[in-house]
Amino acid sequence: MENKDLGSTAIQKPPMEKTQPKKLQIALKEKTAEVNNFLTSIADLILFVVRVVRETFSRGFEFNEFLHQCFQIGYKSLPLISITGAIMGLVLTIQSRPILVDFGAVSMLPGMVTISLIREMGPVITALICAGKIGSGMGAELGSMKVTEQIDAMEVSSTNPMRFLVVTRILAATLMIPLLILYADFMGILGCWLGANIKGEVPFVLFIGQAFGHVHFSDLFPAVIKSFFFGGVIGLVGCYKGYNAGRGTESVGIAANSAVVSASFWVIIIDMIAVQITDMLL
Amino acid sequence: MKNETTEMDIKNDTVPATSAKAVIEISNLVKSFGKSEILTDLSLSLYDNENLVVLGKSGTGKSVLIKCIVGLLPSDSGIISVFGKNVLDLNSKELNDLRQKIGFLFQSGALYDSMTVKQNLEFPLRRIKKDLNEAEIAEKVNEVLENVGLADALNKMPSELSGGMRKRISLARTIIVDPLIMLYDEPTTGLDPITSDEISSLIIDVQKKYKTSSIIITHDINCAIKTANRVIMLKGGKVYQEGSVESFQKSTDEEITAFFKLN
Ligand SMILES: Nc1ncnc2c1ncn2[C@@H]1O[C@H](COP(=O)(O)OP(=O)(O)OP(=O)(O)O)[C@@H](O)[C@H]1O
Ligand SMILES: [Mg+2]
Repeated sequence: MENKDLGSTAIQKPPMEKTQPKKLQIALKEKTAEVNNFLTSIADLILFVVRVVRETFSRGFEFNEFLHQCFQIGYKSLPLISITGAIMGLVLTIQSRPILVDFGAVSMLPGMVTISLIREMGPVITALICAGKIGSGMGAELGSMKVTEQIDAMEVSSTNPMRFLVVTRILAATLMIPLLILYADFMGILGCWLGANIKGEVPFVLFIGQAFGHVHFSDLFPAVIKSFFFGGVIGLVGCYKGYNAGRGTESVGIAANSAVVSASFWVIIIDMIAVQITDMLL
Repeated sequence: MKNETTEMDIKNDTVPATSAKAVIEISNLVKSFGKSEILTDLSLSLYDNENLVVLGKSGTGKSVLIKCIVGLLPSDSGIISVFGKNVLDLNSKELNDLRQKIGFLFQSGALYDSMTVKQNLEFPLRRIKKDLNEAEIAEKVNEVLENVGLADALNKMPSELSGGMRKRISLARTIIVDPLIMLYDEPTTGLDPITSDEISSLIIDVQKKYKTSSIIITHDINCAIKTANRVIMLKGGKVYQEGSVESFQKSTDEEITAFFKLN
């Protein structure tokens, strides 16, 4: 912390010599409070994770609600993921074609697009879309349940809201988002075939041969692993923001918004870490 | 709504003898949020099968008080004893068992938005009375819906209901598990005079039929007059005055007359 700088920037009025130390003190206090807030929010998040893990492994798993959430998260996202996945493949194909034509390597086109879809574009773009759709949905839903005392009502009805609302949602997201990602990859490859067919006919069998000729287990495996982390973090952040929403209706909007922002941020961070690890290991 | 008016008209407004069994005993309860102390040294008792009306200005901590009773909010100090057990000492299993005996009507209704009225009513029933079969559950749901006069709302979503209907459905959801203690947080606020009166009658019905003891938080003096066996008024985080409805009506204390004059 550079206190001198903070002192001068935090003061709006022209500094007067006498009050200078006092204002500096106030600014310092504010900054300390900010840092404290940041630290408590991190501690809060860690405590939340600990609670979630404990509740996940305690007795009385809410299986019906878990299935319901899987349906909500997985099935209800299918149209969106289908369209975005297919467009992703199509656009990648159209964009890469001219370069490959220059190199005289058009036959590499399906393979290249498939690999970039499976390794990177599919997981990250789908995860970001899910952060927007599912993460914000959880933030808003749990946030409004919190604000309108529905979570309290559950608690007095002998239901552990952590187990009923949070654990089921996080597990459903962890399970369904990787499936959505695989599905997006598949749709992307179909989109790629469509793109390849725009200029000249490519038989499907030949296309599939070209597409998967270069795909190895080491392309798919790390991508699947990181997808689970994407799913987990989207569920976790969405639930955390919603469950810890403040009082008053404006907190619902704040919860939904910050759920998307943090979940997207964490997706990118995890992606970066995953790339480093894969790079080291493979 | 029921037509047992004759029974309801005969009402006992006397303060129960001190020998009556207390189901809730609160002593020296303190609760603060950050620096603001909401409840300062509050003590009260709820006796068996009585309706205790709690009055107090907005923001005096009436809702906070009943949330402390069911352990939704942790209190800072003091003793809250419900059926002889100190709420603060219970582990989560024991607290759950205790909560099953307490019905809590939330000020905001707190209906589950994502569920239909039927699912809302079934939710506590399936979780608290686990031995009921489907037919018994359906019967119970219909019974409480008829009690609150909304039998046709069964398959509606909460968003399709009016404010008063929501209030009545949440009341139905609270009484469906036959609690021994009822905590009503402003059961009649926002309702028309006729519905308010019906809700007040329903509160008395519940008291008579299921032998419940209730704390009724209200600003509605008519509801207070109709339902109360005893009244207390909160002020500054403490019990300011306690007595029968008559003693409140006769009171010359400005704080109290202000409350009764407005209505
Ligand atoms: N969870 C909470 N966090 C922080 N402050 C709270 C919380 N719950 C209540 N308060 C504060 O406690 C005070 C009392 O609130 P409470 O809801 O108990 O009032 P009330 O007596 O029920 O009023 P009303 O008649 O308007 O419902 C208010 O100032 C409120 O801001
Ligand atoms: Mg209140």
